[in-house]
Amino acid sequence: MTMDLTIDTNQAASPLALNRGAPYAVAAGQVALRTLKKFVRTPALIIAGTAQGVLFLLIFRYVFGGAVAHTGALSYVDFLVPGFVVTGVLFQGMGAASGVADDCQGGLFDRLRSLPIRMLSVITGRVSADSVLVAWGVVVMTVVGFAVGFRVGGSAADALAALGLTVLYGFAFVWMFIFMGLSAGSPQAAQGLSFLVFPLSFVSSAYVPVSTMPGWMRAFATNQPMTQMVNTVRALTGGPAAERLLGHSVSYFLIPSLWWTIGLVVVFAPLAAWKLGRS
Amino acid sequence: MHALIEADRLSKRFGKVQALSELTLTLPAGQPVAILGPNGAGKTTFIRMVATLIEPDSGTLCVDGHDVVRDPMGVRRMIGLAGQSAAVEETMTGRENLVMVARLYGQSTAVAKASATRILEQMELVDAADRYVRTYSGGMRRRLDLGASLVGSPRLLLLDEPTTGLDPGSRNEVWDGVRAMSRAGTDILLTTQYLDEADHLAAHIVIVDGGRVIAQGTPGELKSRVGADMVELHTADVPTMQRAAAVLGGLGMGEPAVDPATRRCSLPVPGGAKLLPVIVRALDEARVPMEDIALRRPTLDEVFLALTGRAAPTTNAGDSEEDDAA
Repeated sequence: MTMDLTIDTNQAASPLALNRGAPYAVAAGQVALRTLKKFVRTPALIIAGTAQGVLFLLIFRYVFGGAVAHTGALSYVDFLVPGFVVTGVLFQGMGAASGVADDCQGGLFDRLRSLPIRMLSVITGRVSADSVLVAWGVVVMTVVGFAVGFRVGGSAADALAALGLTVLYGFAFVWMFIFMGLSAGSPQAAQGLSFLVFPLSFVSSAYVPVSTMPGWMRAFATNQPMTQMVNTVRALTGGPAAERLLGHSVSYFLIPSLWWTIGLVVVFAPLAAWKLGRS
Repeated sequence: MHALIEADRLSKRFGKVQALSELTLTLPAGQPVAILGPNGAGKTTFIRMVATLIEPDSGTLCVDGHDVVRDPMGVRRMIGLAGQSAAVEETMTGRENLVMVARLYGQSTAVAKASATRILEQMELVDAADRYVRTYSGGMRRRLDLGASLVGSPRLLLLDEPTTGLDPGSRNEVWDGVRAMSRAGTDILLTTQYLDEADHLAAHIVIVDGGRVIAQGTPGELKSRVGADMVELHTADVPTMQRAAAVLGGLGMGEPAVDPATRRCSLPVPGGAKLLPVIVRALDEARVPMEDIALRRPTLDEVFLALTGRAAPTTNAGDSEEDDAA
């Protein structure tokens, strides 16, 4: 009896029901769905991104390709395509940075932050959607790679593992790009910050062997995450010829790559959540 | 019963800009409130603080008893926010936008769809409901954005400069929407730099300048704050206006305000009704022809000028980027 009265009083005090807020997974799903819809419904984004990727692959394959030596028993196309697809996740990720900056500027994140949902769910949604877009980019570039003559030298299982790892690396970098986008303030500034993908992609083993680089640069190129990740994928898809060229087996590159993957997420996930919470 | 909003010595600094300076304010529930002030006065910072988007450096702010720093979720459960830029997704339809926000408020898919339909009707967007927002006009976007802030049936609706940058027709549409919500029982807190907007939408006006409250009350009370009635006269040309101003200035009641664009001059006159014949006689003796002379209550513009020593922006045409640092 007393209990009933208490409930009645509460209801009388607030004629409008309070909003509970979406559960974590629902909130993340809604944010992800919105990002994917935006991508799918903006044909210019898809065409420009894909065309740019294809163009660069053709340039490397047919313009520079013939002049690149030092790829040993591995043909240049089999050397290049793994590097191209893996560094492609960086260029795809740049889109995530400017997309997030755009959301900040457009006021969408202000609305999201005024809702009774956890900020980490917003980031999770955004990262999920951007990871799907990265995976899409990886698949497209892989198909184009096959079209220009790339062939797998190892087992099909190894090739599938390479594909999965590439998407995983992309997922890790997406966290970094989301943090950049949140920090930048405007899409233009985000684009500017994203230029650090150029040293990461070009000063690596992605397009040419590092052996001809000057010593100081080779030290950076050999130890930075892209090289480790590219070499993992290259060793998996190139088979014995690749392992001979690289001088090591897959696991030599895989272990540091996975550490980098974990490190990127561990560092940038909390940073991004913190930045969104107070931006 | 606690107040809807209780701000106690709120301060916030962005770099070199002191956006809020010990702002103290108590607002009861049940009436639409406008925070009025010029660019950089701290209005946007204040409303963003109420929306839990930024935290104060010092001082406390409670919304319906929930502290914005200690219990932001408690605040978020009862508010709806429409910021300065329409936070709607261009590549989604109006309906999809509303369903998304409703789902985020915690509504099930079925309830969210029903809420979206209700809001589309309320905002008169039914015909455009299933078109992408990128085909909407500026006024339609703003109404959709207002609708999105309402989809969770909030107790308190926060509107940050709801009509900035809109043409007069769209502005009237938004005003109608805001009045409808107010009648439906939603508490409204809005910021504006336009006196006419505050006068039209709010029962209670808080004037903010330099990060603190400098006056508040009903529009009528604020007009009384300036005290005297105004004598305003209208002339055929600018030279005549200047001669009239000289005559008014010679009465020993202070310098009149002149507006060459409309060829008017005005002067606050205590006990205006008694002095009006004296003024008319003085102008007649000086042979200053008048188109029109009238005694009236001061406008909010004049209140603003009297309180801040600055003219208030009165047109709704210009764009504003207030409190950029926020």
